[in-house]
Order: sequence, then structure tokens, then C-alpha cells
Amino acid sequence: MIKTHNLTKRYDALTAVDNVSFEVKPGEVLGFLGPNGAGKTTTMRMIAGFIAPTSGSASICGHDVASDPIRARTVLGYLPEGAPSYGEMSVQGFLDFIARLRRLEVDRRRERLAFVIERLQLGDVLHQTIDTLSKGFRRRVGLAQAILHDPEVLILDEPTDGLDPLQKHEVRSLIKTMAPNKIIVISTHILEEVDAVCTRAIIIARGKLVADDTPAGLKAMAPSGRLDDVFRSIAA
Amino acid sequence: MHQTTVILRRELASYFATPLAYVFILLFLVLAAALAFYLGGLYERGQADLVPFFNFHPWLYLFVVPAIAMRLWAEERNSGSIELLLTQPITLWQAVLGKFLAAWLFIGIALALTFPIWITVNYLGDPDNGAILAAYLGSLLMAGGFLAIGSCMSALTRNQVVAFILGTAVCFVFLLAGFPLVLSVVQSWAPQALIDAVASLSVYAHFQSIVKGVLDLRDLLYFAMLIAFFLLATVVMLDLRKSS
Repeated sequence: MIKTHNLTKRYDALTAVDNVSFEVKPGEVLGFLGPNGAGKTTTMRMIAGFIAPTSGSASICGHDVASDPIRARTVLGYLPEGAPSYGEMSVQGFLDFIARLRRLEVDRRRERLAFVIERLQLGDVLHQTIDTLSKGFRRRVGLAQAILHDPEVLILDEPTDGLDPLQKHEVRSLIKTMAPNKIIVISTHILEEVDAVCTRAIIIARGKLVADDTPAGLKAMAPSGRLDDVFRSIAA
Repeated sequence: MHQTTVILRRELASYFATPLAYVFILLFLVLAAALAFYLGGLYERGQADLVPFFNFHPWLYLFVVPAIAMRLWAEERNSGSIELLLTQPITLWQAVLGKFLAAWLFIGIALALTFPIWITVNYLGDPDNGAILAAYLGSLLMAGGFLAIGSCMSALTRNQVVAFILGTAVCFVFLLAGFPLVLSVVQSWAPQALIDAVASLSVYAHFQSIVKGVLDLRDLLYFAMLIAFFLLATVVMLDLRKSS
């Protein structure tokens, strides 16, 4: 379970995230929606423990992110915004580095590396340096890194950004296959993605949580029954 | 410990993945030899020792070490990979130590490659090899001290040029802490005890006493504490930036 309680982040005068509380249970795929700059990335960074909240708390599978960070991060797979990695490394070298950092045993390391390479179709670029890859490939390397240790919890910041329609479909079906026994949070500003993969969606605007419902429930909020109309009326 | 080693190996490999490492080592060797032979008169002195070689190390390191250290954290922050690294199940200490040790080992490799100069004096004369070994150790320790300072400065900014300038400036103050240039700043107002304390922080003085061939525990302890202090400061800086 992911739990956040009154999560708040202030930068001087700006309140980037304002008292955000929610819970995500196993089997749920939570879509994190909101206009650019609404606080999606900041919230995800606080849950992943990359930045500390000004006030409030977050926990992953019962491990408080601030007081028990190593345990919280062990069960978490995280794709940061923009899928950063080490550009001078080869894909193989990079994934191997992450696997070692996450202390996967030799056999398990081999098995998981083979799985993510097959699943994210990285076989052809294994020995290429990451700097020379296209945006789509880099995003897939970032995803591979996040699911490498088969984590209980996945937080993915714009996992399909920069992918072509075929790759988007591939990543969504990957998320769907993993969904039944994991907790997954994805941020996106592509509304069709919510329909395609999410069981629940949260809309965040100007740092505040403004809606929390199933995709069907959200749609019912607009007379037209269309998600973008709901999004526009709530987030504007 | 395991994860520190994993980070160390990745970092060290990344130095040699680009031409940067080779250019750096070549430049270091050329400068170290040129300073020792032309400015230090290593050959003309007619003495079989490496004192003129080691005498220039503080000045060489003043620019060379911050150049290596500047990328440690600034580059990581600039490319965004810091977010990937610091959300892995590792402690800040493991990350800071792993990166520091890789850079230190890299400078150690460059320093070890100056061995022909050591062979040369052994061929020409009969030097005190124990003293030379001590001086090499002192030189490595001084590089470690400067590197720890540079690591801390690199954690302050995402701009490598700023990290380099800050690193050089702080190293310069520590290098010359016992000299009038730095002491005069505190001399006018501080009590004698504080002036003595500042003077005792001089990297130059501690390095010189090792180069003379005397391995005093106090000098070794000084460098160990210098490194530990600035690595701790690096951890604190990174931690503070999390909540800023």
C-alpha cells in the first residue's frame, strides 16, 4: 500500500503540493492527472524519497519514506521524469549496474535481465551507449530499470512520453499484465491512457487534489461524459 | 560496503569510457615531469632524490584535483541521474564514498604512472626509496584531501565551472593556511590560539613534513580528518538540498 498523509511542499512563496492525502491498494493502477506544473512530479519525488516534504508524510508498504528510506526504496521501482540514466554506459552495463545496486543474486539477475530485455525489446541495442539511443529507447531503458527487481510498488512519471503509438500500446499492455499483484502509480497528461490502463484516477491542480474517482466516475461528472471535458472544468 | 563497491566500479569505468581519462592522465604526467625537470631542476641538482618532483605537487593538485572533482555531483545533478541514483536502496554515505573512492583511485593511477621518474633516479644514483615511498603516500593523501573538498563544492551546484572555481579557492585556502597571506586575515583580531589553529590546518605544512621522509601519525591523522570532514559535509549538503 502507498499512503500519503497531508503531503505538502513549499518553495519560498510557492506551494507546489498542498495537503495531498491518498492511498493506493494492491491491484490498483492509479492515474495521476494534472496540467503541467500542477505538482505531479513533486508529489512522486516525495513518495520516492528524492525530495523531503515540507510537512506531511508518505509510506510505501508500511515503510515510512523519511524514517525507513532503504526499506521503502527496496520495494519501489521508480521511473523519474525524463527517464534519466548514465549516458556513457551501454544498455547492458547500465541494467547490470542497477541489478547489482539492488543486490539481485547472480541467477535472479540473469533471469530478470533476460525478462526486461525481452519485454521492452532492448535486445538490439544492448551494447549501444545510452547517449546514442532515441528518446523512445531511453524511456524503455528507464522502464526496464524500474521493473528490474520485480518491485511490489511502481511509480512511473510519464512512462509513455516520447514513445510511438506501437510502443505506447506495448508499455500499456506491460502495465496491465503487471497490475493484478502490484501497486502502480503513473503520471500522465494523456487522458486516453487513463481509460486504457487505470482503475482509478486522481486529478491534481495547483498542488491540490481536486478529484479522486474511477475513470467511469470521473466521466459521469461531465454532461458530455467525456474525460477531457471533466479535466478541463476541474483543472482550469 | 557491497553497494559502495558497485558505485565505485561504475564510476571508475565511466572515467575510462570517454577520452577524458586519457587526456587527463597524459596532461598530468607531462605537467608533473615538466615542473620537476625545468622548474625544479631535478637533473641539474645532482642529488638522487625526488624532492623537486614532489615540491610541485601541491600546486599541480590545486588545479588538477578540482578538475576531477567538479563533475562528481554537479554533472549528476545536471543530467538528472542523481534522482535515479538517490532513489535506489542505498544510503547517501555509500553514494558519496563510492564516487569519492573512484576519483581517488583514478588520481592514484595517474600518480602511479609517474614511476619512470622514480626508476630514473634509481638508475642515476642511490636514493632513499623509503622516503620516496612516504612522499608518494603523502601526495596521495593530499590529493584525497583536495578531492574531498572538491566533492563537497560539487554537491553545492549543478554548474561544473562553479564547482571547479569553488574547489580551487577552498583548496587554496587550506593549502596556504599557515602562510601570512591567509593568516593575516585572522591575525588582526583573533586570539593566538585561533591563529595557531588556523596555521595548523595548512595542507602545505603537513605535506612537506611527509615529503621530508618523516611519517608522523599526526600528519596522517590530519589528512584522514580532512577527508572525513569534507565527505561528511558532502553528505550534509546533499541531504539539505533534498529539503530545500
